[in-house]
Amino acid sequence: MTLTATRIFNEWRDKSLDDALLECRDMVESPDFETARRWREAGGKIAGHFQVYFPEEIVHAAGMLPFKVRGAPTEPNRADSHFGSYLCSILKTSLELALSDVVEMDLFISHPICDAARNLAAIWGRNVDYPSQILYLPQNPNSSGSIDYLAHEYDRIRRVVEEVAGRKVTDADLASSIAVFNENRKLMRELYDIKRDTPWLITAEDAYALVALAGMVPREEHNELLTTLLPMIRERDIKPEDRIRVVFEGGFCEQPPFDLIRMLGRTVYVVDDDFHIGMRWITADVPVEGDPLRNLADSYIEHSSYSPVQHDLRKPKEKMLIERIRGANADAAILAAAKMCEPGLEEQVAYTHALDDEEISYFLSEFEENMSSFDQLELQVATFVEHLLFA
Amino acid sequence: MTTLETKDELVGRGNREGAAMFRDWFSELDNTAKTGGQAAYVFVMGSLNEILKTFDLPVVFPEINSLQTAVRHVAHEYLDEAEDYGYSPDICGYVKADVGTQLRGGEHPMAQIPKPSLTVLTNACNTYIKWAEIWERMYDTPTVTIDIPGTRQAGGQTWQGNSDFEADRKYVEVQLRELITVCEEVTGKKFDIDKFREVLGYANTMSRSWKRILELNNSKPSLFSALTDGTIFLGVANGFRGTEEGARYFERVVEEMEYKAANGIGQTIDEKYRLLFVGVPCYPIFRRFNELFTDWGGTFVNSTYLWFASGGTNRGFEYDLDNPLASLAEGVLISVRDAMDSMFHQNVALADMANTYDVDGIIYHPIKSCRTVSTGLADGRKHMTDELGIPSLFIESDMMDRRVVSEAQMKNRIDAFFEGLESRRQQTPSDGKG
Repeated sequence: MTLTATRIFNEWRDKSLDDALLECRDMVESPDFETARRWREAGGKIAGHFQVYFPEEIVHAAGMLPFKVRGAPTEPNRADSHFGSYLCSILKTSLELALSDVVEMDLFISHPICDAARNLAAIWGRNVDYPSQILYLPQNPNSSGSIDYLAHEYDRIRRVVEEVAGRKVTDADLASSIAVFNENRKLMRELYDIKRDTPWLITAEDAYALVALAGMVPREEHNELLTTLLPMIRERDIKPEDRIRVVFEGGFCEQPPFDLIRMLGRTVYVVDDDFHIGMRWITADVPVEGDPLRNLADSYIEHSSYSPVQHDLRKPKEKMLIERIRGANADAAILAAAKMCEPGLEEQVAYTHALDDEEISYFLSEFEENMSSFDQLELQVATFVEHLLFA
Repeated sequence: MTTLETKDELVGRGNREGAAMFRDWFSELDNTAKTGGQAAYVFVMGSLNEILKTFDLPVVFPEINSLQTAVRHVAHEYLDEAEDYGYSPDICGYVKADVGTQLRGGEHPMAQIPKPSLTVLTNACNTYIKWAEIWERMYDTPTVTIDIPGTRQAGGQTWQGNSDFEADRKYVEVQLRELITVCEEVTGKKFDIDKFREVLGYANTMSRSWKRILELNNSKPSLFSALTDGTIFLGVANGFRGTEEGARYFERVVEEMEYKAANGIGQTIDEKYRLLFVGVPCYPIFRRFNELFTDWGGTFVNSTYLWFASGGTNRGFEYDLDNPLASLAEGVLISVRDAMDSMFHQNVALADMANTYDVDGIIYHPIKSCRTVSTGLADGRKHMTDELGIPSLFIESDMMDRRVVSEAQMKNRIDAFFEGLESRRQQTPSDGKG
């Protein structure tokens, strides 16, 4: 039995849809990251990868668990003294997971997505005894040399992963993993089709939980989950309500608290978003024939989404946001940014000016993963919605 | 070497000439703006002056423009204007001061700043990327990112001959060739390889001299303040890289420093404590900030700032003029990577400096505006204390925003730090310092 045949999240199985979704929410909301512990108890190794995008196929092909490091709803008691002021929360709570051994990793990989996060590899490396690596995704995807460069960089990461895993990662291994992830990408697209076409069939927080689980369990297992639940969701007998359709923008790195998403779900239909956009980054199937690392590199550059932390002259973020809003037939946007998140806060300015030009309504907000009071925010969102409905 | 001038003329010449060159540079920018000439917007970590000067493009460093608003005590006006436009108080002050400058049509205390015909940036700081996107939206002029892969793991730098290094070098070279094509399109000039070699030669002189100047400051007493004098040198190093004036200037600074070293001429104060500076200076109260240390006899003998804000020129990398473009790619890769390392892996730089400069203390100055430099400093300091055991001080403020600068609080902390150093010295009188 290979480790990728190991199942570490079985609570949802053989349950009604509502009960299964409850199990999914509980697993995602928990600060204990139980699936990681179970994986290790089964003898598996874990590669933690920080937001936003990481080619998880390379880790998966080595029989390791690619674990999405995305902060946690926890207090950074051990990590706090390793940082100064004026920093976003996700840096601290992510390091907390490592220092507290809540998630025991064998390898940590981060990316220079922003000025703060690009320090994380060095900080992590000074405080843990396993490798802490940077994957340098190209910041000039418009260069003719970017795909060649990235294919080589992926090969370098393959060598790092092989050393940690203690086994070779062949092209055939990679092709098999790409096929598993292609299936997952297809299922994720289906989930977002449901959000866009029939948002009354799934709440914002349930959709969020289903996506977030992808970073916590093997992808085969996630495929089983979505393959089982998506048809059940489609068959629900729920009537649409007269709600505003909104796009949520600002969840590409630090995640809003689950209760914030739940609050939004009570008030509006969130028909599209960028929650965990890194796990939905590649927008089409990656070819399984040919050089697998080059195929992954090509897909990253040519068939991918957008975020404030990737610069691509072909994808001005405000233009991409407007496409997302129009593509989802949304009435408005919620433009959020994590506190102290420079890329998110900077992008808000471009977004608001562009949406003003297009006369698209928006609600501007900041959040922090550990915030716990939403009364004021809910009142503001409700006022915004009433304004749209009755103005 | 030219005939030595009298001591009075030679000592302090670098500061006088540097300040004059700085004014001339801004005069040229003013003229460019008023005559509608072309200019390139660039950044200090990987300016690519080597290519831009080959095309005779004046260079604008918005980081330097912004810090000048702080030094001249008008930054708050520019910050307010950018915040009114929508930018958060929690983002980089350099960006906001520049947005304010752009919204005022280039009005700046030093000069009228020309609009960009071209923007060239590297990934050495992620804010460069977001910043350039602002100009893309404002001016719709070409933006070229030169993506320079950095160190992947502490101590894991690769070098010539390693396949990973060669892949990085090749990627950088492809991008430099693409930049040359854009420069040709923007300026209407053909790339002149002979002029390029000449520019590289001037850059080589500057790099060699910069390295030498830093080395010379291990003299006792130290010859120049890495905080104040060093900032003047940095301005010239960035604005005049790849020019004959820049090369000559740095040769003359070397001459001055060698003279001072040979004659035991130190800084203008009696040096009691030799310090290293980590971070970015506190420009809103720049002179006073420095005095908080010099009043105690503290002198800054080196800083990570002089390493990373010179784009890694401290390495002294010299280009191979027989193979200019490939060598530029290699030099940019190695130098900018080094600049990044001196921010993210600053303990390696500090260990090197501590050995060379015989320091008494390290001052960490993380700032709200710059997460690139500041995020890792608290953790770095913890480990530096374990590894080097050098007394250190950690004070937070900002390089631009006086709202987060508390002089009284800083003074208390700095005074306490020096009292600790004095007490330590009294307990170990045999260390021979002071």
